[in-house]
Amino acid sequence: MDGMHDLGGKQGFGRIRYGLNAQVFHEPWEKRINALYGLAVKLGIFNMDEYRHAIERMEPRHYISAGYYERTLTSLATLCVEKGIVTLAELEQRAQGAFPLSAPAAAGRSNVAEREDFKAGDRVRVRTDYVPGHVRMPGYIRGKTGVVVSKSPVYPFPDAHAHGVKAQDEPTYDVRFSTDDLWPDSADKALVHVAVFESYLLRETDPA
Amino acid sequence: MPDQNPAKPPIAPVQKRAEAIEAAMEAHGLKAGAFIQEAEHLVEEKWIPDNGARVVAKAWTDPAFRQRLLANGRDAVYELGLTMPPHHRHLVVLENTPTLQNVICCTLCSCTAFTIIGLPPDWYKDLEYRARAVRQSRTVLKEMGLDLPPEVEIRVWDTTADTRYMVLPVRPPHTAGWSEEQLARIVTKDSMIGVARL
Repeated sequence: MDGMHDLGGKQGFGRIRYGLNAQVFHEPWEKRINALYGLAVKLGIFNMDEYRHAIERMEPRHYISAGYYERTLTSLATLCVEKGIVTLAELEQRAQGAFPLSAPAAAGRSNVAEREDFKAGDRVRVRTDYVPGHVRMPGYIRGKTGVVVSKSPVYPFPDAHAHGVKAQDEPTYDVRFSTDDLWPDSADKALVHVAVFESYLLRETDPA
Repeated sequence: MPDQNPAKPPIAPVQKRAEAIEAAMEAHGLKAGAFIQEAEHLVEEKWIPDNGARVVAKAWTDPAFRQRLLANGRDAVYELGLTMPPHHRHLVVLENTPTLQNVICCTLCSCTAFTIIGLPPDWYKDLEYRARAVRQSRTVLKEMGLDLPPEVEIRVWDTTADTRYMVLPVRPPHTAGWSEEQLARIVTKDSMIGVARL
C-alpha cells in the first residue's frame, strides 16, 4: 500500500535528532512492548510481515504522530485482536480509555506469474505495480531502472506472507540505483542499493 | 444525557495501553512477564554493538576471515559464536575505503542486524532519518558530524527485505600493531551503521 510509512525521499523533514551513544529506549514500557511483540512472533501468533503490515495500516495521522514503540504497541494489539487472543473491549477496559487499532487489511497477493531470474550486471526495471496490501517496494523505486549487484537466498514473499496467502519463497536482488535517476536534479549524488523481491522486477530492454 | 451518540472516551495514555496489552497477554496464558525478563537480558547483555566490534576487529587483523566475512557475513559471524534470528537469512558486510562510505537505513520501518550491531538508536528510527538518508545522504551525514570530502563516494543501503547489513569501517592508521581486543574497543555502533568514521 502507498501508506504513510513509505518515507524514503519524502521532503520537508528537518534535522536528525542525533547524539553520540544515542538511546534505544526512553521509557521502561518501550522495552517491555519490544519484548512482547517478539514473544508473539516466537509463539507463532503472527509473523514479521504481518507485524510490519499492521504498523503500515495505522491511520496516517496516528502513524506520523506516534513514536516507534507506540507503533509496535499498536501493531501488537491490532494483531492480538484480529487473531482472537483478546478483544478490543478488554483492552479498552484495562487501559481505561480508547485504544486505537490499525485499519483492516486489504487483500494480499501471491508471486507474480512471470518471474525472471537475474544475474549480476543485468539491468532491471521495477514494475509499476500498485499493491493494496503489504509490499516491500518503496515508492521511490517504482518504475525506476537499476543494475543487479547480487542475489539473496529465498525469503517468504511479503505480499503473501503478511496476508496468509500461499506463495513460493523467492530471492531478493540487491539492485543499485542512482539518485540522478530516482530524483533527477533533486537529490545529493549517491548510489542507493535496495533489496528488491523478484516479483517486483522486469528485465530492462531499453538501452542505457 | 442529551447526547444520543456519545463521543468515544479519550485515548488512553500510551503507557496505559502498553500495560493493558501486557496484562491481557498474561491473563490469556502467554507468560508475558517471564518472557519480558528474558528479553531484557538479551537486549542489555547479548544484542550489543560489542558483537559487531569483535567482528570488525577480527576482519582488520585476519585477512582470511575478512574474505569469508565479505563473501558470507552470516557464516562468518557464526564462527565467532554470534547468532542471527532465523528470518535474517543473509548478512551483507559493506567494506568502506578511504574513498567509499557505505551507509545503512530502513525507509519503510527500522530494520537492522540488531544481534550483531545492537538495536537501532532512536535517531535511526525517526521519520527524519528514514525520509532523508536515501535522498540527502551527504547533507544528512554532514549534519550528523561527518563532513565527507567530495571525492568520497556514498552508497546508501535501504533495508527493504530481511537481508541485513553492517558496515566494515576503515581501520584508523594510528592503530598499527594493536591487538584485536584493543581494536574492538574503538568500534562504535554508528561506525557500523555508516554515519561515523573512526
